[in-house]
Amino acid sequence: MGGLLTEPFLVSLLYGAVTAGMPLLLAGLGEQMSEKAGVLNIGLEGMMLVGAYTGFVAAYHSGSFWLGYLAGGLGGMLTALIVLLLCIRRGLNQIVIGIAITVGAEGLTSLLHYVQFSRSYPRLAAAPVLALPLLRDVPVLGRGLFSHNLLVYLAVALVFALSWMYRSTYLGLSLEAAGNQPAALDAAGVDVVHTRSLAVLCTGFLAGLGGAYLANVGAGIFVPFMTGGAGVIGIVLAMLARGRPLMVMVGAALFGASLAMTTALQVAGIDIPTDVVQMLPFAVVMAVLVVFGRHSMLPSALGTPYTRGER
Amino acid sequence: MSIVAALSGITKRYPGVVALDAVSLEFHAGEVHVLLGENGAGKSTLVSVLAGMQQPDEGTVIIGGNPLRIASPRHSIQLGIGTVFQRPSLVLSLTVIENLMLGGSWLRRLARAAALRRFRELATLLGTHLDPDAPLAGLSLGEQQQVEIMRALWRDAKLLLLDEPTSMLTPQGVADLGRMMRNLRDRGVALILITHKLGEAYEFGDRISVLRLGKVAGGIDPEALVAMEESGRTATIIRLMFGLEAGEAATTAGGHAAELAILLGRKIHGPAVVDRSQPPVLRVREASTRAEFAETPLRKVSFELWSSEVLGIAGVDGNGQKHLAEMIAGQRAVHGGALELGGIDITQGGVPERRGRGVRYVTDDRLGEGTVGALPVATNLVLKEVGAPPWWHHGITDWAAIHAHARVLIERNDIRTPSALTPAGKLSGGNVQKVLLARELDAEARVAILNKPTHGLDLHNQRLALDRIGTAAARGVALLVISTDLDELIEISDRIGVMFGGRLAGIVDNDAGAIDRVRRLMTGAGAT
Repeated sequence: MGGLLTEPFLVSLLYGAVTAGMPLLLAGLGEQMSEKAGVLNIGLEGMMLVGAYTGFVAAYHSGSFWLGYLAGGLGGMLTALIVLLLCIRRGLNQIVIGIAITVGAEGLTSLLHYVQFSRSYPRLAAAPVLALPLLRDVPVLGRGLFSHNLLVYLAVALVFALSWMYRSTYLGLSLEAAGNQPAALDAAGVDVVHTRSLAVLCTGFLAGLGGAYLANVGAGIFVPFMTGGAGVIGIVLAMLARGRPLMVMVGAALFGASLAMTTALQVAGIDIPTDVVQMLPFAVVMAVLVVFGRHSMLPSALGTPYTRGER
Repeated sequence: MSIVAALSGITKRYPGVVALDAVSLEFHAGEVHVLLGENGAGKSTLVSVLAGMQQPDEGTVIIGGNPLRIASPRHSIQLGIGTVFQRPSLVLSLTVIENLMLGGSWLRRLARAAALRRFRELATLLGTHLDPDAPLAGLSLGEQQQVEIMRALWRDAKLLLLDEPTSMLTPQGVADLGRMMRNLRDRGVALILITHKLGEAYEFGDRISVLRLGKVAGGIDPEALVAMEESGRTATIIRLMFGLEAGEAATTAGGHAAELAILLGRKIHGPAVVDRSQPPVLRVREASTRAEFAETPLRKVSFELWSSEVLGIAGVDGNGQKHLAEMIAGQRAVHGGALELGGIDITQGGVPERRGRGVRYVTDDRLGEGTVGALPVATNLVLKEVGAPPWWHHGITDWAAIHAHARVLIERNDIRTPSALTPAGKLSGGNVQKVLLARELDAEARVAILNKPTHGLDLHNQRLALDRIGTAAARGVALLVISTDLDELIEISDRIGVMFGGRLAGIVDNDAGAIDRVRRLMTGAGAT
């Protein structure tokens, strides 16, 4: 196993972990906001997939990665509108609607992709990389962590911005109250439906953005069903993070690393069947759930629709 | 005195019910206005309308001379109305000050310093000593209530609504609340107090209005209230609550009033029929339970309970009462110590065995643990014998027998339900409790544990429940009655035990000085 500590392996692992972890981080941060506000957003996978599709198409036609991100975010937000209208306003079951969104998004994006591109899979140019000055010269870490697309650094900044928002603003308090005791928020004169709607739309935007990153930067192409469980992992991350954005980032890095293991092992020339390695992230999900699942401490009103004056 | 707010012809309909029917009332500055009425009389709907939670179908609210509709809770707050809801409306995962800061503009940073200034102002006004940074989950119910009142007053309320604020409080908590209400009244705040307890209405109220079936049945204004004797007040209120004055035929309403008058006059439990020369029915020896998250376990609790005896258990909520009830019922394992029923050791037995020996349990969680809301009343009446004869034979349900049994119990216990097949969840709280009491206080009962048997019931149903308890005791059942309502325990108990920190701090005979000794024990002081 001497190949494991070589520079190519470590760079490949770190670089891959960031690339694979980014969509999980964005989606997980989004899901966390919904869950804080008391909405269990099972349709996260569908929102990512729609974002991946709209983001890819926008970037493909305009040639701009930023327009791609914007379109991805808006695509995810539009999908989240379904949750807003059906679950938050009408009080329908969040799990049923969430599953419908994911299954529907899988079918819809496959169909649209087929109509537009038939069976060809056009590729985008490589995404622009911003190597951070000074830091990029650090051995291993420089190429692994500090040579990425600008969105990566913005996402890390978002982690801290969200931490601050949850802790130090009225919005943060409102979200927390909407998830734990919505009647209290209502009594304090804040509209619970508005609060939860805002959270769900943000979730849609972040999930869509994560999807667009996955398609445009991670893969460079759009393939139907390409999220392959990333949304589900995002939900798990949000549930285990106990409302702390930093913990979502730690989790995303862990899962990203296990996803990146496949490529890294090939780079290192170690011959382990790919099926085994590809199973790794899901084995990690199970292991993490067994170890930390008992302590997830979810908001008490999670998944419960709020109707004013109802018991 | 000046009128802070008034209701004019407020009507609110729900499918099948008129909750408020052309209600007109006035609320004066510097006055505590008590609203009385049975469950379903429309008191809570009235609060909802003023709090902006519900919009009336007809009529207007007049505030500062302007007729208007209160569109939302935010609007209500802006109009200077503060509300303490019947259900707790605080976020347990936040601290005191965070709860009070809820409701600020989203994009702004938390104005903690300003909030702390306001907190100290209100703390002085109310005379409370809370830590603003204490997590709410760690406060007692009385302290949480103080935070609720602070929240209601946060934006300078001119009208304060209190919807059954005392139902969860200890005697000390009720006294504190009374002091706060007087402070606010003296500062010109108009208060509306909703309660089921006549004693509180007389002690705190300046004016009393009675609601019946959504209408204002009448009231007693301040001058008359001062002039009247207590018995006169009570007679007037009962007449208004049940509508004899309106000249109605003496049907249900008249029957209710007559029944309540009898119940109020009756001594529930006669003294000294307990024969302590016999061996006790239940003997609990140094019984302990295992601690669980956020619950107080029992620590070496010992007592004896005789046939026909009512042993009241007083104490601030959360001092181990629930563990005590569940341990005797067999729902919670005994860790150390022993239980004996009629001389037989039952420490190890579970619910079926203890039930078979005559142990009965009426839980305080009527709709969660006591009944299955979606199942019909008939099934709920045999809920603890599912699968057993005579209702089940070899796994096959004998519906005819269950329904016949249910009809008998419904008749005998005056359970008001459309039919035996109505889901139990559709019944009112008082009737659900009648179902539970009918099921548990049956002919084979020897020991019955009742956890807060009157909690949340209106006056009429409360008296009915207490009457059932007295009847059961007269039949020879040994009863353990847990309650936070000390007056009630004084009325029905032979002896009163006090729980404190999971221990039985002491048991006192229910004689003249009992109430003071019980109060001392409740604070954790010794019995001497």
